Amino acid sequence: MTAGFNAVSAWAIYKREVARAWRTVFGTIISPVLTTCLYFIVFGAAIGSRMNDIGGVNYGAFIVPGLLLLTLLSESTSNGSFGIYMPRFTGAIYELLSAPVSVAETLVGFVGAAVTKSLIIAAIILATATLFVDYTIAHPVLAFVYIVLVASSFSLFGFILGLWADGFEKLQMVPLLVLTPLTFLGGTFYSIDMLAEPWRTVALFNPIVYLVSGLRWTFFEQSDVTIGVAFAATAGFLALCIGIITWIFRTGWRLRD
Amino acid sequence: MKAHIAAVTDPILKITGLDKTYPGRGAAPPVKALDNVDLEIRKGEIFALLGPNGAGKTTLIGAVCGLVRPTGGTIEAFGMGLKDDWRKIRARIGLVPQEMAVDIFETVHHSVTYSRGLFGRPADDKRIEEVLRALSLWDKRDSQLRMLSGGMKRRVLIAKALAHDPDLLFLDEPTAGVDVELRRDMWKQIDVLRELGVTIILTTHYIEEAEEMADRVGVIDSGRILLVDDKASIMTSLGRTEANFALNAPMTAIPASIAREGLALSDDGMALTFRGGDGAGGGKEAVAEVAQQLAREGIGYSAIDVRESSLEDIFVKLVEDRPEIAA
Repeated sequence: MTAGFNAVSAWAIYKREVARAWRTVFGTIISPVLTTCLYFIVFGAAIGSRMNDIGGVNYGAFIVPGLLLLTLLSESTSNGSFGIYMPRFTGAIYELLSAPVSVAETLVGFVGAAVTKSLIIAAIILATATLFVDYTIAHPVLAFVYIVLVASSFSLFGFILGLWADGFEKLQMVPLLVLTPLTFLGGTFYSIDMLAEPWRTVALFNPIVYLVSGLRWTFFEQSDVTIGVAFAATAGFLALCIGIITWIFRTGWRLRD
Repeated sequence: MKAHIAAVTDPILKITGLDKTYPGRGAAPPVKALDNVDLEIRKGEIFALLGPNGAGKTTLIGAVCGLVRPTGGTIEAFGMGLKDDWRKIRARIGLVPQEMAVDIFETVHHSVTYSRGLFGRPADDKRIEEVLRALSLWDKRDSQLRMLSGGMKRRVLIAKALAHDPDLLFLDEPTAGVDVELRRDMWKQIDVLRELGVTIILTTHYIEEAEEMADRVGVIDSGRILLVDDKASIMTSLGRTEANFALNAPMTAIPASIAREGLALSDDGMALTFRGGDGAGGGKEAVAEVAQQLAREGIGYSAIDVRESSLEDIFVKLVEDRPEIAA
């Protein structure tokens, strides 16, 4: 492979993918925001008012990082996967494969656009949350870095999914059957300290627990696992995804005959 | 028929010993899509790769453009090796695919602008306008692709392939499945490209198309290049003239005074058929002579039907002559 980075190409892909999201602005931005509002109304305002504080944090505020993550994971995954799956499905990917771009430009373009969308959604959700509950973010910079990290990892994960899937069913299977259950059981709406053994130990095998914990720590300085472990787990997942995608492009798996 | 014989210079594309074997699926044996292909393309020419469906045409294009990973062999373009300098080479190649593979919700202008950027060229609205105008797409620039007719969509694919000003353009079956009018239109577009000095490699299974457009023709079947030559040379070496004289009265035998090689009488004695010549004019002289001789002998005929053999006939003969190829 020729070394170097083709910035013009990466920028072209990025711009186009962001434009594609803008075309479908209702589905991309309005719908996750609406869903999150419903969660806040039900769990935050309606039920939350009758719940005890968790670790000194009001329940309505406690679920903010969890809900944010819930949306962040599903949106990043679906944005990352659709961006690359659609051209594979229509055949338009011929253009990308015949272009003078390698894995680096492709990832910066596609995944960069997916991350951008996720960050916009995250910002809107955090703003929406202030309408329902009072909360402050203890470490805003760290929270931002963490959100970028999670959005990048799962956009990459989605990208792998989009390369792997050979039908729309498979494309939706993993988010639906793996991601959603793991997220709900990963302490989105509760602290895993509230679980009895052996379930508390079992929960620690759920990778989402570390993501929720990490993000919650940047908000309230308290979490189920230490922040260092959470950061390391997220960064490790990011590195793993990049590794897999690089392998895919090297071997041409599902891309080149 | 225009003759554009390119100057003999270094080839713009050189393919040596190219192999591609697809692994068999399940119990199926591996499929050899390309078998030791050697091919040189000259700068500025229009080269037609002619062969039936499944001959390996699209695989060959794919191997050069980066869609297919060759099993063996080397590809050089613009004097560079594809293995090492793939970035530089791909930046100068355009590909118009056979399938209508586009994002149908995008506008024409967006789609073509994107293609230019994807291939690493800085934005240039003037250039995009030129390309769109050359292909009569300028008025449609703000239309979504789904609003366009089939012929217009094909032009968009060409515009996308030209947006980064490639030196070498691949057209994969540019007129497959389009009606006669659209085909004529496409040939006109290719003529426009020829004037721009783009080297073009097109694949087709329409003989007519190769005959109409190409300077040189390569015949491919079962992954093997059977023949590469100037179109005129192919016609000369393999072409034939065929003439049918519909006689007014039946004959029992050909009179000795007009008998010649290639002249035959039909079973019912009502038709005289001549086959011969070289497909480059020689046959027509012979036909004229036969006609004069018939007149001298007082043999009346009501019609003469003369035709030159097409590349199709040549292709069929070529495959027939080499049973090991057809097998």
